[in-house]
Amino acid sequence: MKVLVPIKRVIDYNVKVRVKADNSNVDLANVKMAINPFCEIAVEEAVRLKEAGIATEVIAVSIGNKSCQEQLRTALALGADRAIQIETDESLDSINIAKLLQKIVEEEQPQLVILGKQSIDSDNNQTGQMLAALTGMAQGTFASAVSIDGDKVNVTREVDSGLQTLALTLPAIVTTDLRLNEPRYASLPNIMKAKRKPLVVKAAADFGIDLTPRTNLIKVTPPAERKAGIIVESIDELVEKLKNEAKVIS
Amino acid sequence: MSILVFAEHDNSELKADTLKTVAAAQAIGGDIHLLVAGHNCQAVAEAASKVNGVSKVLVADNAAYEHQLAENVSLLVTELAADYNHIMATALTTGKNFMPRVAALLDVTQISDIIAVESSDTFVRPIYAGNAIATVQSLDSKKVITVRSTGFDAVATDGNAEIIAVDKVTDAGISSYVSEQLSVSERPELGAASVIISGGRGMQNGENFKLLDGIADKLGAAIGASRAAVDAGFVPNDMQVGQTGKIVAPDLYIAVGISGAIQHLAGMKDSKVIVAINKDAEAPIFQVADYGLVADLFNALPELESKL
Ligand SMILES: Cc1cc2nc3c(=O)[nH]c(=O)nc-3n(C[C@H](O)[C@H](O)[C@@H](O)COP(=O)(O)OP(=O)(O)OC[C@H]3O[C@@H](n4cnc5c(N)ncnc54)[C@H](O)[C@@H]3O)c2cc1C
Ligand SMILES: Cc1cc2nc3c(=O)[nH]c(=O)nc-3n(C[C@H](O)[C@H](O)[C@H](O)COP(=O)(O)OP(=O)(O)OC[C@H]3O[C@@H](n4cnc5c(N)ncnc54)[C@H](O)[C@@H]3O)c2cc1C
Repeated sequence: MKVLVPIKRVIDYNVKVRVKADNSNVDLANVKMAINPFCEIAVEEAVRLKEAGIATEVIAVSIGNKSCQEQLRTALALGADRAIQIETDESLDSINIAKLLQKIVEEEQPQLVILGKQSIDSDNNQTGQMLAALTGMAQGTFASAVSIDGDKVNVTREVDSGLQTLALTLPAIVTTDLRLNEPRYASLPNIMKAKRKPLVVKAAADFGIDLTPRTNLIKVTPPAERKAGIIVESIDELVEKLKNEAKVIS
Repeated sequence: MSILVFAEHDNSELKADTLKTVAAAQAIGGDIHLLVAGHNCQAVAEAASKVNGVSKVLVADNAAYEHQLAENVSLLVTELAADYNHIMATALTTGKNFMPRVAALLDVTQISDIIAVESSDTFVRPIYAGNAIATVQSLDSKKVITVRSTGFDAVATDGNAEIIAVDKVTDAGISSYVSEQLSVSERPELGAASVIISGGRGMQNGENFKLLDGIADKLGAAIGASRAAVDAGFVPNDMQVGQTGKIVAPDLYIAVGISGAIQHLAGMKDSKVIVAINKDAEAPIFQVADYGLVADLFNALPELESKL
């Protein structure tokens, strides 16, 4: 079976973003970018399915401008077989991202699509679920374990109250949580090999989808800063402050 | 204008977060209906009918909704959506799971995790782990919204809404429940607790989390954790506080052996009072702490317990 892995280029998770002075957006000039960590987990899971002889081909897809080819190459170095870039200069709303991915699903007919549960920039946590609805597929979100079982996939999900396991009819959508796996590092030979793996570029405009924006970003502001606190010297002082100054314990 | 709010529950109890999501709906303004979708969930319907500001409680009580499978619930909500301008749910794992499906079925995008309402189409939401706050206007005709509970104060529960049974059954037939492993605890839930004490990698192992128990007992606190503590297997996943775990804002948050990575701060920095106990005076957690104690937690915790 084919596995499709949509990946997103985002700010590196170690970087604390700054808001532009004119409050129009965050400032991403000269900021280190990387593959979204949850997407990296998705690639790893797909590659493990291939190594286990379950998946036959792993295809990475990313929607963005030319720079996201860098993250597609990362996915190829981690073990994906080929890549598709859907070229656009716009920051598309999740529903439009999902519609473009739906077209790729129709073309490629994967049995499994593995996405990240959330991108660490816009923190939306919605694209996988939207793609599932558009394609009429079942979904296993926030996955911490995935096992293929004939024409079904069992997905264990991290939910507020613990863990929940579902059985989904294939083809299905999975979104990854942190505990699904620990992604490997790409080896130098694999990074070199990735440069020669196929990467096809398609224009977003050629899919015949209305990509009109559904949201209007009015402004982006920095969060309220917390006032610097104090260092207490002892437990006694801490308890005294919590009782009499902060009044949060009695 | 009318608003449908999805009630968060486990078939027996209405979760307090729903009261905050209703507050967000009130900030938008309009006739507010609550949807209780579940199985054998009449007790939840009764509780829902008491929520202030709600005029009707729609109850879809059917085996198809017992585990609130996204495939089934999203079809139900999408059918009901015809009568509403806004569809809202709490941004907890149930709402996060099925709501984007509703949005896609309605051909709209979702506005996720809002913390404030500017107007009926404009909302405020944190992005980049809370390091930026975006004000976003939805241009879609219907608004599909998830609400971050920490942004709103709960409404009261002395209302008296009409309860109406919904007999639509939408079973997509492509997913089924297999099993669950629930964390059982006598302590308050993280989202509902007014005091939280969390442990990080500095706790060294799961056994040492017992050092937090006595303090939690004395303070009526919930116990949380950093991702590192969960990844290392010290404690279960549902205890993770942070950007990609639970978002909390208690009156008092005590971080023990937690360094203060941006992903952890994203989940707790709106707490009213923050205490940090860490042996490294340079740990970034001290930059957000109201009270910092530079100490070895293995000495500090027993002493703190004895002095409370
Ligand atoms: C300040 C700001 C606010 C925004 N607010 C909203 C909003 O309220 N509603 C809204 O719908 N959109 C919003 N957007 C647009 C949207 O967040 C992203 O631009 C778009 O990429 C959708 O992905 P996501 O981050 O929402 O994905 P999520 O749903 O968080 O990501 C889940 C997964 O989807 C896949 N994925 C996401 N994007 C891509 C991609 N480009 N290519 C391949 N795979 C992908 C990845 O597997 C990823 O792990 C906003 C953008 C900005 C800059
Ligand atoms: C995609 C992504 C999502 C993430 N989501 C989250 C999230 O939701 N929540 C989250 O928490 N993290 C998250 N993280 C992880 C985050 O980046 C940090 O790695 C994590 O928060 C570190 O946990 P920690 O502070 O417990 O461990 P460390 O950073 O290792 O800190 C341990 C601290 O304990 C102190 N310590 C050690 N021994 C003692 C002692 N005896 N007495 C006192 N102090 C001691 C040390 O000085 C140190 O400061 C995420 C990361 C990524 C990439």
